[in-house]
Amino acid sequence: MVDSVTNTTTSSDESQTTQDQGTTTLWQVDIFPVAGQPNRLSTEVLDNAKDLRVDESLEVIAAHGFLIQGPLTHQDVARLTAELLVDPVVERCEFALVGSDSLSQPIGQLTNLLHVLPLPGVTDPQAESALMAMRHLGFPVDVVRTFKKFWTSALSETDQNLLHSKILCNDSIEMIVVGKLELDELQLGQAYEFSKRDIPLTDLPDEALMKISQDWTLSLSLIEMHTIRDHFESLGRAPTDIELESIAQTWSEHCSHKTLAGRISYRDENGERQFENMLKETIFSATMQIRSDLGERDWCVSVFKDNAGIVEFDDSYNIAFKVETHNRPSALEPYGGANTGIGGVIRDTLGTGLGAKPICNTDVFCFASPDTPFEELPPGVMHPRRIMKGVVSGVRDYGNRMGIPTVNGAVFFDERYVGNPLVFCGNVGLIPKEKSFKEVQPNDLIVSIGGKTGRDGIHGATFSSAELTESSDITSGGAVQIGNAITEKMLMDVLLIARDRELYSSVTDCGAGGYSSAVGEMGEELGAEVWLDRVPLKYDGLSYTEIWISEAQERMVFAIPESNWEQFEALCASESVEATVIGQFKPTGQLVLKFGDEIVGDVSMSMLHDGRPPIIREATYQPVPSSDLPSFEFKSTEEWTTDLCKILASPNVASKHWIIRQYDHEVQGGSVIKPLVGIQNDGPGDAAVVRPVLDSRRGLAVSCGMNPLYGDLDTYHMATSAIDEAIRNCVSVGADPTRIAILDNFCWGYTDRPETLGSLVRAAIACQDLSVVMQTPFISGKDSLHNEFSYTDDKGNRQTISIPSTLLISAMGQVPDVANCVTMDLKKAGNVLFQIGVTGDHLGGSHWTLVNEMSGGKVPTVDPQRAKQTFIHLHDAIQKGLVRSCHDMSEGGLAVAVAEMAFAGGLGAEISTNEVGIEILPSDPDSEINLSYATAALLFAESNTRFVVEIAPENVETFKSTMGDIDVQQLGTVVPQPKLTIEVAHNTVIQSDLMTLKNAWLGTLDWK
Amino acid sequence: MPQPNVLILRAPGTNCDQETGYAFDLAGGNSSFVHINQLIEAPEMVRDYQILCLPGGFSYGDDIAAGRILASQMQSRLADVLSEFHASGKLILGICNGFQILIKSGFLLPSDDQGLPATLTWNDSGRFVDCWVNLKTDNDKCVFLNNIEQMYLPIAHAEGKFVPRNEQVLDQLKNDHQLALSYCLADGSDNEVTYPHNPNGSTANVAGVCDASGRIFGLMPHPERFIDPTHHPRWTREGNSAAGDGLALFQNAINFFND
Repeated sequence: MVDSVTNTTTSSDESQTTQDQGTTTLWQVDIFPVAGQPNRLSTEVLDNAKDLRVDESLEVIAAHGFLIQGPLTHQDVARLTAELLVDPVVERCEFALVGSDSLSQPIGQLTNLLHVLPLPGVTDPQAESALMAMRHLGFPVDVVRTFKKFWTSALSETDQNLLHSKILCNDSIEMIVVGKLELDELQLGQAYEFSKRDIPLTDLPDEALMKISQDWTLSLSLIEMHTIRDHFESLGRAPTDIELESIAQTWSEHCSHKTLAGRISYRDENGERQFENMLKETIFSATMQIRSDLGERDWCVSVFKDNAGIVEFDDSYNIAFKVETHNRPSALEPYGGANTGIGGVIRDTLGTGLGAKPICNTDVFCFASPDTPFEELPPGVMHPRRIMKGVVSGVRDYGNRMGIPTVNGAVFFDERYVGNPLVFCGNVGLIPKEKSFKEVQPNDLIVSIGGKTGRDGIHGATFSSAELTESSDITSGGAVQIGNAITEKMLMDVLLIARDRELYSSVTDCGAGGYSSAVGEMGEELGAEVWLDRVPLKYDGLSYTEIWISEAQERMVFAIPESNWEQFEALCASESVEATVIGQFKPTGQLVLKFGDEIVGDVSMSMLHDGRPPIIREATYQPVPSSDLPSFEFKSTEEWTTDLCKILASPNVASKHWIIRQYDHEVQGGSVIKPLVGIQNDGPGDAAVVRPVLDSRRGLAVSCGMNPLYGDLDTYHMATSAIDEAIRNCVSVGADPTRIAILDNFCWGYTDRPETLGSLVRAAIACQDLSVVMQTPFISGKDSLHNEFSYTDDKGNRQTISIPSTLLISAMGQVPDVANCVTMDLKKAGNVLFQIGVTGDHLGGSHWTLVNEMSGGKVPTVDPQRAKQTFIHLHDAIQKGLVRSCHDMSEGGLAVAVAEMAFAGGLGAEISTNEVGIEILPSDPDSEINLSYATAALLFAESNTRFVVEIAPENVETFKSTMGDIDVQQLGTVVPQPKLTIEVAHNTVIQSDLMTLKNAWLGTLDWK
Repeated sequence: MPQPNVLILRAPGTNCDQETGYAFDLAGGNSSFVHINQLIEAPEMVRDYQILCLPGGFSYGDDIAAGRILASQMQSRLADVLSEFHASGKLILGICNGFQILIKSGFLLPSDDQGLPATLTWNDSGRFVDCWVNLKTDNDKCVFLNNIEQMYLPIAHAEGKFVPRNEQVLDQLKNDHQLALSYCLADGSDNEVTYPHNPNGSTANVAGVCDASGRIFGLMPHPERFIDPTHHPRWTREGNSAAGDGLALFQNAINFFND
């Protein structure tokens, strides 16, 4: 194999005779592309530098590489590069001992040398795999670390700083070394010296109590600190640090949802309402009522109690669905934040019941505009384009590696997300009916499997309950993590085998709060004893408390009967998965934490789970005064058409192909309707459909609904609109409206403010109202509060940016037979187009007002009964095979819906709204201004519960009768010419060739 | 004839094993899923199988390079038993990550005095891409492509660009009918097959390669993702065909033992 070292240059200054076998050495291997192959890393840096307007003369040559430590000779390293690290067809390498001059010779004019390394302790999956592979080959390697190396041309100091801090290195996970690397050895951690720590609280003044809460990042309020102090006073001792941490984790907003599940006194224009538990009395209560209404036909299985909600699917399987947010980590380190976000929600379904098999992902993001000028960014904020690229890569790399198709998503842009981007990650799992419940048994062993524990993500749970500021990136570094998807994939593989062999009685994921939450929850009814010194660590030096609250990724906790342990351990070993007994569930009602023989914590489960003082909050809602849209002149055909193009090109509507194509949406072999559909596989589908059981024809549809702009006008109607949108997307592709389950994700501003909490309570009440009428149950949900960003502006004033109130509704529908699925692309010239549903005076919050920079107008509302009947009748028509294409009308209204259908199908449409009724204010129909207004509404209003459908001429009558008394209006026909024409009141208002429309839609986010 | 036994090899990060096994079974095979650890422990078990399949996924995270680590394990632990398996007239198929492993281990195109003759590396776009591609075959030699002229299949990979060491390697593979599968236009022509038709920038539009015997075959596209009519991205507009294009490939493998 020595031949393949022909591309390798080795240094001569490190003669191999100077290394004796057995001496630990540290080698650096730099890997470059060979001549003629692209340098991807350099290109990426140059692209980002261009975005940041760094001096155009910048030149970069990049390498990636490995630091390898062990008793290795020069010859060993030569063999490692040849047999493992370097692909000689496309790569060459240089290697030498770290610090050798041969590795720091300038390349031509490029004299600046930089190395970027992961910070010590940050997960480095490449290095872990490389280490394992080197050992497999028989080399005595101790540690491996990856790095990136950059040679750059000389730059001004400003540009250099920009390059270092904004492009090459994210200092929450990486460090930069200017010049050559000079390290003696890679080592991590140091011996841990045990010492138990008591935190006396007795007699402390309130300020001192709050200082403890802040210094330890406990996010506990004064009342909570009082409760803890009193509790331990009654026990006659001080709490230990680990007890305080356990309570803080369990009581955190992230783990207990104390605000929304708390007492709220709510007041709006209709009067007052007192909640003992707001969520329970609105959203949960709606589901309970639906279940009781359905009686024996109830198809919910497990709602709002496990890690994900479960409903029935077919005779053998149920399905579980959960959507989580991972906002704050994504603001600081977008790649790692999104990575661990998707990793976390996958563990949620894996940890539901006795374990569901993940079958698809959905990912929804909110960012500020990627075109935001740099000078307008508040200090301490990462540019939205960089955040978006990082988030998409993070989801891509984790989801694709897990082998779970990512089939649905949405991206919403608004400047108010600049400091708080939102990252929603969802996962659907398939679970055998009899595996849907779990119960820990007394004396079951507590077993942790998967990743090892390090200092990763300490205080993630309590950190996510606090507000972000410009210094968050400095203070919260510990809360940022990188995932390792393969560790989780291996864990998933053994979990599903062990589940089917019935080796355990319960399982849950290790998420926020780490073991403290996982074991605390599993042992809630019984009690548990945990042996913290047995937990496998990534490196030495972790205190018992750090071990307990670490949020290291890819870990799950099992309750295993002692008699099954041997079998379980053998199974894990056969797949190279680490499994460790870390304690035992004991029927004592106590959580006992031991390190060796020492008891470091002993708290009652009742104190942990029921001891938190209730939060009492005020919530008020003041209706936003309605305002009319400013008047405008009747526009020319050209101007209306320009409006249409502007909406198609607006980033919320524009094609997301740049993102979608990076996700594997077909793995697992069950793809039925892909995210992109139509004659060129590039039209915007309403919802994706998968067939999770390969020998069955039953399908599952996943979709979502969200429109924060409506929330600026009224959060009640924002919520009902989001539910309507999520359902109609599902129904559009063929899902049965009586079998759609939905999830809520509330992302709000600072809910300690009564008016902010009020707008949320109002949305929750809307969810309850609509869910009950539609008989569409909520089965799970999650909230993320206090999404505000504070900073000091250049005039020295303190500024706060709150995100718009954002409610994501995710829907999971079921398709009885996938053969009846429908897509949105026009199918055949001569077919007839209909609008289903009524257009109203609903331009408020619309994308038409957005692109015209107008404000005011009326927010879309939902007529619940009409919506329910519309969905049922449309589904009936789809089931009968009468509908050739179907597209929901949402952002951009009728004009956008028809335009998308036309260019997706490669066929034109000639339509008129002459038959389309409009529920609009009574006005003089001949008045010029009202014609303008009516035209805008007919084309672009975003009224809910509307669809455009394509019907073959021979089926028109059957279709109409199937729709019964639902409003159905004929629009026109599909034509072979690639043109869209729309007539309103006998005026041609839209006229365009399809290419113009499609290019507008494709171009905005067509990133390279 | 008894059903041919198919060994679907699993490793940490393999993720297309289930649907690939399902495709083989649908074609008439009898699939088993075997973990690499199990195979290394008892390599002689391969003798019970007629077909070895390395399915898609991200073995060991594709860390270092796609397929590299598993390729290195197979080279160092399984070389003898796999040579024997192949020499006895049996079949080996590598799909996507499996193709990357077969190329990088040298099982598909053996090393010569200059090392491995070809590799699969990063797509020109520098990104993972999932899309459907038109493919045409040179089925002179490749057992798996018997009677198949053209196919429409999805690809989903980041490192699928075929790069031969030099022109001679390419010419020789072409002349030996080893460039068995290539990207083409919808009408089957191969003039100016640019992105997205050639989705990764592969030299000579190469999408799949077979060994000199035609019994080892690796391809980047996923035939197991088009075995049902509803897998096709346009089935709602173009109507149902009886089966997906990919199924024939699995049937060829099974029929090889039944004919």
